[in-house]
Amino acid sequence: MSFLSLTERDREEMLATIGVSSIDELFRDIPPGVRFDGELELEPALSESEIVAHLEQLAARNVDTGRELSFLGAGIYDHYVPAVVDAVLQRGELLTGYTPYQPEMSQGVLQAIFEYQTAICELTGMDVSNASGYDGTTVAADACYVAKHVTGRSRVVLAETLNPQVRQVVKTYAPGFGLEVVEVPHRDGITDPDELAEAARDAACVLFQQPNFFGCLEPAPDLAAAANDAGALPVAHVDPVSLGVLEAPGSYGCAIAIGEGQAAGNYQSYGGPHYGFMAARSDYVRRMPGRIVGETTDVEGRRAYVLTLQTREQHIRREKATSNITTNQTLLALAGLAHLAWLGPQGLREQGETCMALAAYAKERLGLPLVFPEQATFKEFAIRVGRPADEAIRAARTEGVHPGYALRRDYAGMEDALLVCVTEKRTEADVDRLAEVLAA
Amino acid sequence: MKLIYEKSQEGRRASSLPPRTLPVPEVPDELRRERPPRLPELSEPELVRHFTRLSTRTFGIDTGFYPLGSCTMKHNPRVNERVVNFPGFRDLHPLQEEEGAQGALELMWRLQEILAEVAGLHAVSLQPAAGSQGELTGLMLMRAYFTDRGEAETRRKVVIPDTAHGTNPASVTMAGYEVTHVQTDPRGNIDVDDLRTKVDAQTAGLMLTNPSTLGLFDENIEEIARIFHDAGALMYYDGANLNAVCGISRPGDMGFDIVHFNLHKTFSQPHGGGGPGGGPIAVRDRLEPFLPVPAVVRDGERFRYEYDRPKTIGKVRGFAGPFGVFVRSYAYIRSYGPRLREMSEVAVLNANYLLAQLKDAYELPFDRLCMHEFVLSARTLKRRHGITALDVAKRLMDYDFHPPTIYFPLNVPEALMIEPTETEAKEALDDFVEAMLEIVRDASERPELLKDAPHDRPVGRVDEVKAAKRAVVRYLFEDHPDLSADSDGARQLEAQKGA
Repeated sequence: MSFLSLTERDREEMLATIGVSSIDELFRDIPPGVRFDGELELEPALSESEIVAHLEQLAARNVDTGRELSFLGAGIYDHYVPAVVDAVLQRGELLTGYTPYQPEMSQGVLQAIFEYQTAICELTGMDVSNASGYDGTTVAADACYVAKHVTGRSRVVLAETLNPQVRQVVKTYAPGFGLEVVEVPHRDGITDPDELAEAARDAACVLFQQPNFFGCLEPAPDLAAAANDAGALPVAHVDPVSLGVLEAPGSYGCAIAIGEGQAAGNYQSYGGPHYGFMAARSDYVRRMPGRIVGETTDVEGRRAYVLTLQTREQHIRREKATSNITTNQTLLALAGLAHLAWLGPQGLREQGETCMALAAYAKERLGLPLVFPEQATFKEFAIRVGRPADEAIRAARTEGVHPGYALRRDYAGMEDALLVCVTEKRTEADVDRLAEVLAA
Repeated sequence: MKLIYEKSQEGRRASSLPPRTLPVPEVPDELRRERPPRLPELSEPELVRHFTRLSTRTFGIDTGFYPLGSCTMKHNPRVNERVVNFPGFRDLHPLQEEEGAQGALELMWRLQEILAEVAGLHAVSLQPAAGSQGELTGLMLMRAYFTDRGEAETRRKVVIPDTAHGTNPASVTMAGYEVTHVQTDPRGNIDVDDLRTKVDAQTAGLMLTNPSTLGLFDENIEEIARIFHDAGALMYYDGANLNAVCGISRPGDMGFDIVHFNLHKTFSQPHGGGGPGGGPIAVRDRLEPFLPVPAVVRDGERFRYEYDRPKTIGKVRGFAGPFGVFVRSYAYIRSYGPRLREMSEVAVLNANYLLAQLKDAYELPFDRLCMHEFVLSARTLKRRHGITALDVAKRLMDYDFHPPTIYFPLNVPEALMIEPTETEAKEALDDFVEAMLEIVRDASERPELLKDAPHDRPVGRVDEVKAAKRAVVRYLFEDHPDLSADSDGARQLEAQKGA
């Protein structure tokens, strides 16, 4: 281990400069009663090669998507991450900088965030985006907090087809925010606009997901209209990969668009770190949580970028801030920008179409009943496997295939339902293999 | 430098996708995208150059000395980047069955055990995504704890010293609590007399950073803990400054009931220009039932999630937390083992070495030895020469140093908060001292040199007022405004801080 740079001689000279005789003396302000005099009970230090060997052993006990043919999705997706993303992540300056408080030292990362904000606005059809939130769950709680302040109302409506983890996080945050949470059940896999309109009366906002957790396409414009009619802010939770094919939330009347960014440019990484994105109409820019980069000029009149609208933030407003967030997910968001720039508008659309085409092929090829046969879908769909889904998963995994997610984990009456995800990385042959395994 | 959108050419692209032979199903008309998003259209060589150029216009700990107080900008070992990219970690789906994720679960369990030991507390949840989310989670635990005891209605107040990070009061509001402020005494500790008048049966708890943002260990911490615990309240430890005391003094032994760690500070997760971070929390046993789900537990040789925790606050983030951050921090801690203490010792040695050489040239508001960081004031420079902390910060850039945190904490005028960390060599510290002393000399002899700084950065001082007023926060293509047209020179919001 050699992350420390001082020699013994350095230490002696430095102690002499300070005017103390030992390192211990530097800690004299710590009352004896709270000093820790023992040695921490930690395993012995490892050399670099030992660390690599130890972590190799741990990693080998995980079955990653390179070792198993995977149809798992349900919020985190095995999309292709281009090499250009790695090139960005490996740049030491971007990897090891802090939040860009000093703009003259940080024009590169500030510009990159500005470009990221632009990409998110373009994807979602919104006017403003923040520099990222923690993940696709916490940005939902953030959106509720914005809606509460904008509308002065304290009830939030969640479609039951919204990712269960997103709903759970909103419910965890709600008591502190002074919010009451209401859920609207699904009807045959999607949300009924009339039912949503009923629930939206006196609500601060309505959250729905497009495509929803079951993979079904919601009647999103009708849901947004139902919320708007009731004076509640419509908030769409969207999959960035779908937005080359599916309409942008800003085009059908949403006030805020949020989502999990992982599918665009991040590895699965066992659930994180990824980035949550949040974009809104310009009316709400001064209510947005988190960092925002803005354009300005320097003393010479040259274009420059800087963290802006900081009077929203905790370091200035303290208990009156719009949020407590400081560290966000910048590096992962920049990976997202690199990924979206690699795709371009054409690539994004093609990727979405490929997912849809393969998923449609899989629906047919698997030959199993669909849970929601009436609904159009994007890259995921739910099937009935005719036995407990966990059993089907166990059996398929012994054949080297992970067939999907057991929906009974979150929804009653879905013991035999499996949520299958097909990304552009899968092939027709992969789907054939899945069909074979599930039929066995 | 041009924006990526300004380099875009219609029809150009970097991506190639597998050929498609299958038919694409129709998207219902009302759901089909009408106008494509205007994403950049560049070739791969252009993309790589663009991002490389952006990176060269960014300063990281890889570039040079970064004494940004309260942010613990230490070296990020490259082996951590190697291990986090093992496919077994990088390409693992979070909903993989537990049998297929035993290595990941074991790593998380081991990290929990380590953090509990460092905190001197009993149970850990790795879930929070960053320090401020750890704070909020801790406050949710307080609320759940008092609700369970039937005291939720009466205990509404959380005490926060005036030196606290802004996240503390912001988290208090988000958790539905009210802030009670407490002052700092002449030695830089919490004013215990002021505190006694403010803690009562309506107090839920205290949020404290120890050592404080002044870099001072609170000498009355035992008395403070007594005051809160006697009142039936809880103690929350903001772990932003834990780098000072690992293996030297444990928050649990100080009397704290809830602690958050900043894995991106103390345990070397690279900060990525603003994240990701990690904000695990450790708690005393009586708070364990309320921790977020799922918990990661060990049954003999097997590791698994436990969801059935009836008193849990719920979930604060997706899945089990930012796993890649755990891998890096676990690797980092394993490289020290029980010698983690030495990490903190050297951090404190480096800080005191700087302090000893700078305290006479600048003003030291609290004349004590410091812990891992210290706060100087440029008040005298301002009075005598009109040179502010901001000028000092900008001039340091000309020496290729990242400036310290400035104008924080709020109770020190013209504050310069300096944290060198343990990974710097003596030569780097010596160079920094020399620069800081030369700046003091130049303040009287050539003040314009400081006022005009920085001199060789891609941009000079920027107009923050214009940025906030115009609020151009995205590229607007053909409608993009030219802000140089209404330039009236740089004005500054003197409120930039770290942490």
